[in-house]
Amino acid sequence: MAFKITRKTVSALVLSLGMLSLSAPVLAQAGRDPAYSAARAAGQVGEQTDGYLGFPVPPGPQTRAMVDDLNIKRKNVYAQKAQAKGSTIQEYAFVTACKLIADTVPGEKYQAPGGGWQTRTAEPPQRDSHCP
Amino acid sequence: MKSLELTTTANPATIGRMWRTGKGRRRVLLAMPILVPVLGAMMVGGCVSVKAPDKPIVIELNINIRQEVVYRLAQDAANTVESNPEIF
Repeated sequence: MAFKITRKTVSALVLSLGMLSLSAPVLAQAGRDPAYSAARAAGQVGEQTDGYLGFPVPPGPQTRAMVDDLNIKRKNVYAQKAQAKGSTIQEYAFVTACKLIADTVPGEKYQAPGGGWQTRTAEPPQRDSHCP
Repeated sequence: MKSLELTTTANPATIGRMWRTGKGRRRVLLAMPILVPVLGAMMVGGCVSVKAPDKPIVIELNINIRQEVVYRLAQDAANTVESNPEIF
């Protein structure tokens, strides 16, 4: 009996994990401030190769303030996680950028390894050769 | 004395230098132990300056360390992005 429950629990856990990973991008979208989502979709804000947000076009004061705030929060998270993993903030931010650029959706802007801004298409994005 | 116009190959007669024999020769031989290490040091100095610069080796090392770190952090970074959806 105990074994059966364990097996059930394990399969339920696997199922829920699978669903979680499928719905993760949707959750990431849902967690964003509407103004931030709109700025991303409009290409006013893009993902840089260093793990922070940048401006593919000159920003207005509100967009700049919003991005500055997000970047400060990002740096805070990078600093905590980097310390926990024994890496530098820069290294942690760089590895996160690899994922963030891979996670961009068509129409969003991202920074190519050369530094230029690109618009994400259905094709895989151009990423740094050191990305995992 | 012959005219230089006719025989340009011959040098005018000079007094022969005598240092290869006698006192002069001894002085040169005495100077050899000092000259040899000095010449040797100059040659060794030349070898060191020809050595390849160590800068590219340092850069290569940094890339290797970084690549190892990148793979170690990849999963953690993915978790961080998913658990902080409001800022990513």
